[in-house]
Amino acid sequence: MKVQLWRIAHARSGDKADRADIGLFAFDAPTYEVLKREVTKARLAAHFAGMAAGPVQLWPLDNILALKIVLNGALQGGASRSLRMDNLGKNVAAQLLRMEIDAPADLPRLKTG
Amino acid sequence: MKTIRVGAGLGFYGDSWRPVRASIERGGVQYIASDHLSELTLAILQKDRQKDPSAGYARDGVPMLAELWPLAAKHGVKFVLNAGGLNPQGAREALARTFRDQGWKAKIATVVGDSVHERIDELRAAGEPLAHMDSGAELGSVRDRMLFASAYLGAQPIAEALAQGADIVLTGRVADAALTLGPLAHEFGWKWDDWDRLAAGLTLGHLLECSGQGSGGNFGSAHEWALVPDYAHLGYPIAEVSADGSALFTKPPGTGGRVSFDTVRQQLLYEVHDPHAYYSPDVVLDMGTLKFDDQGGDRVRISGASGAARPKTLKVVAGYQDGWMGTGMIGFAWPEAYAKCRKAAEVIGTLVKERGWAVEDTNVEYIGYDSLLGANADPTYREQLNECFLRMTIRTRDRKVADAFGRLFPWLGLSGPPYVGSMKGIQPAKELLGIWPTLAKRELIESKVEISLEEIK
Repeated sequence: MKVQLWRIAHARSGDKADRADIGLFAFDAPTYEVLKREVTKARLAAHFAGMAAGPVQLWPLDNILALKIVLNGALQGGASRSLRMDNLGKNVAAQLLRMEIDAPADLPRLKTG
Repeated sequence: MKTIRVGAGLGFYGDSWRPVRASIERGGVQYIASDHLSELTLAILQKDRQKDPSAGYARDGVPMLAELWPLAAKHGVKFVLNAGGLNPQGAREALARTFRDQGWKAKIATVVGDSVHERIDELRAAGEPLAHMDSGAELGSVRDRMLFASAYLGAQPIAEALAQGADIVLTGRVADAALTLGPLAHEFGWKWDDWDRLAAGLTLGHLLECSGQGSGGNFGSAHEWALVPDYAHLGYPIAEVSADGSALFTKPPGTGGRVSFDTVRQQLLYEVHDPHAYYSPDVVLDMGTLKFDDQGGDRVRISGASGAARPKTLKVVAGYQDGWMGTGMIGFAWPEAYAKCRKAAEVIGTLVKERGWAVEDTNVEYIGYDSLLGANADPTYREQLNECFLRMTIRTRDRKVADAFGRLFPWLGLSGPPYVGSMKGIQPAKELLGIWPTLAKRELIESKVEISLEEIK
């Protein structure tokens, strides 16, 4: 079934120079396996095509059931020269939680509505 | 077995120190590590210093200590803070005046040598090109527009200042986590090539450096954020550290917020790039071996940090003048709130074009619709919004254009689409700043680092 990430994960984002970075965290191990499989560099690049000019970097961290994501060239050159309301990229994580992936319907902590 | 408790102070310039009181009163801390500097802060401080050479330090350091010192002294708590900004000496003079006025005693140390703004030509002559760390671009014209340049120093000078007996250590730019690693290395006598222990201290410093974000604040989630108890009295995090670098991560009893596996791991990855090579001046941390054991009751045990040898270079971040931003805003109510914002944006665009202004970039956002979610905003209800605000910003080299841009908007109130709000004044031009991250050999920087101690009797 199609699931938006907010139903199975939590996330925080921040900035450094012209990069936005996101930590994406599964609530449990089965969900982490789904995230690793579905949240790929290609999917991320497509989801953030409107803001990230550079490549996407991605690291899985099995010890904390997390994905580390870096969007290069995502902040109009950096927070202090950005024209955006969200110059610090604090809401990039919220944008990610709207991404839709394929997930099994029986994940242990699947949120509804 | 000896343990050392370090509590978080501020997480940015302008953060609240009110929660620090609980950490001192009932958190059992021996140190408060307080971070007053972001990438942007030095630019603000540079403007202060241009107006007044005795300024240039974070102005919240002195009032924070003025309020907390009597309590801290009673509990034997020391402070390590980077509120020195571009002028640690000036910060110390201001602090010393306050302490003398109050009749308080303290040994106040400063660490200087991080600022290299005056040394750019010298560093380049010594063979450091100072090219952009990410793009490889040459310094070129940025050199003439540079407003500040500061190296990130490590924990060694902080540990040295504490070894000299300092009660308060005031630094300029240091790696944020060094504010915690310094006291730990000093207390436990960690060797500066004991990479795993230094990595453990770096981990804890990183978890503490954003104050409330380490204890349930800004917990990025749908629904779970609402379960964080008592935001109004959110306690700042505390690390209770053992000699081997393992720690209990917690917060003061009777405070709001939450310390759990979820809140701690979210902070662990905050503003980190390669998690297997998290660089600091003192050690390179691999976060992939860390273990977190959530014991319940706002207690998480942290162990397993592994470190690799420190880099041969230090990161230097310079800021340079990069044009001006003009801002205009106007709000519309239903009906067709979004459509009216679109129309207003189109009209403003026409006016800018007709004036022939030199504008490099234009940013159009609709507050209430997409100003925070950008292209990932959901358009389902866009045409039915109760209200919507247009925010337009431009980047230009011409300050006058940036100023004039905001003045285009009020006219719309009588001559544009109907049901207008938000005419709350005109925003002046805002100076924009480019950030230039680069690297320099550590010897060139560290040879100029100086620690000095003043005893207020």
